[in-house]
Amino acid sequence: MSDIYIITAIAAAALATMFDRALPYMLFSGKKELPERASYLGNSLPTAIMAILVVYCLRNIDFSVFPHGLAEFISVLLVAFLQIWKNNTVVSIILGTACYMVLIRTVF
Amino acid sequence: MKNFTFACRLVIPVFFSYVFIGLAYGILLHQAGYSVLWAVLSSMFIYAGSMQIVLVALLTSGASLWTIAFTALFINARHIFYGIGFVERFREIGGWKYPYMALTMTDETYSVLCSAEYPEDVESDTAVFYVQLLGHIIWVAASAFGALMGELIPFDMTGIEFSATAFFVTVVVSQWRRSNSHIPAITGFVSAIIFYFALGADNFILPALSVSAVVLALMKDRITLKTGGALNV
Repeated sequence: MSDIYIITAIAAAALATMFDRALPYMLFSGKKELPERASYLGNSLPTAIMAILVVYCLRNIDFSVFPHGLAEFISVLLVAFLQIWKNNTVVSIILGTACYMVLIRTVF
Repeated sequence: MKNFTFACRLVIPVFFSYVFIGLAYGILLHQAGYSVLWAVLSSMFIYAGSMQIVLVALLTSGASLWTIAFTALFINARHIFYGIGFVERFREIGGWKYPYMALTMTDETYSVLCSAEYPEDVESDTAVFYVQLLGHIIWVAASAFGALMGELIPFDMTGIEFSATAFFVTVVVSQWRRSNSHIPAITGFVSAIIFYFALGADNFILPALSVSAVVLALMKDRITLKTGGALNV
């Protein structure tokens, strides 16, 4: 494998990713004020995006075979329950992840 | 110093997923025959976890540069939506920090910044910069460590990647409790589920994001009315 290939491959992936990240800033750079609808979206979209990202994280579950994503769903419910109950993000993440790791080794 | 300490506290919840996904990426790259130099460069300049893990597969199969560029463009297109809420704020900060903060926005730091509540004695702009910087450093360091030491880690870490899912679940719960309107969260979840079952795991995120943006834009007046003009995000 040549160094040229990996250098150009990293550059290609980096430039494409930078383009995605820079696009909204380039689109709105000229104007003094953001259009009202765009700034409203900037405030309301994050909550929708977070819900979509949860589904995105769970996208590779295969529902057709046992355990049908049960380990993921039990662990997600535990994280949500802990977060509602104790409201301590770090504790919810550690216990939820530990629960998942134990479940995939023992029960499922 | 106060700003930096506060930024560290904000970053803790994503620390685990960054470290373990970064380690996994470093190990994969090492197994594909690439040294730690490439792990560092790719994590520094691409800085997008799922794309980098796909990149290893593309490199191994000798994919063309166009294939790599277009794959990155599509996998990371969701980032276009993250910038919208930060354009005005980052532009005001200006200088070299402005492009740096825009180009280091990730799923995780975006969620951290959107759910952060800044105490009065913390300069939020400085804290935001430190969050971006810390996230970047942790990611580069973890992937370098994975490429160097990966095979020596004596534990079976399978399943640790669930910490990323757990993190996003905690953000959804916290935002649900804080916002007056639950319409945005429900819109996102329902559109994600519909497109997931209609289009499959690899193609649902962009349609789900786009439809959510359109639906929320159309429902603007209703949501604004309900919350009295300002959403808590």
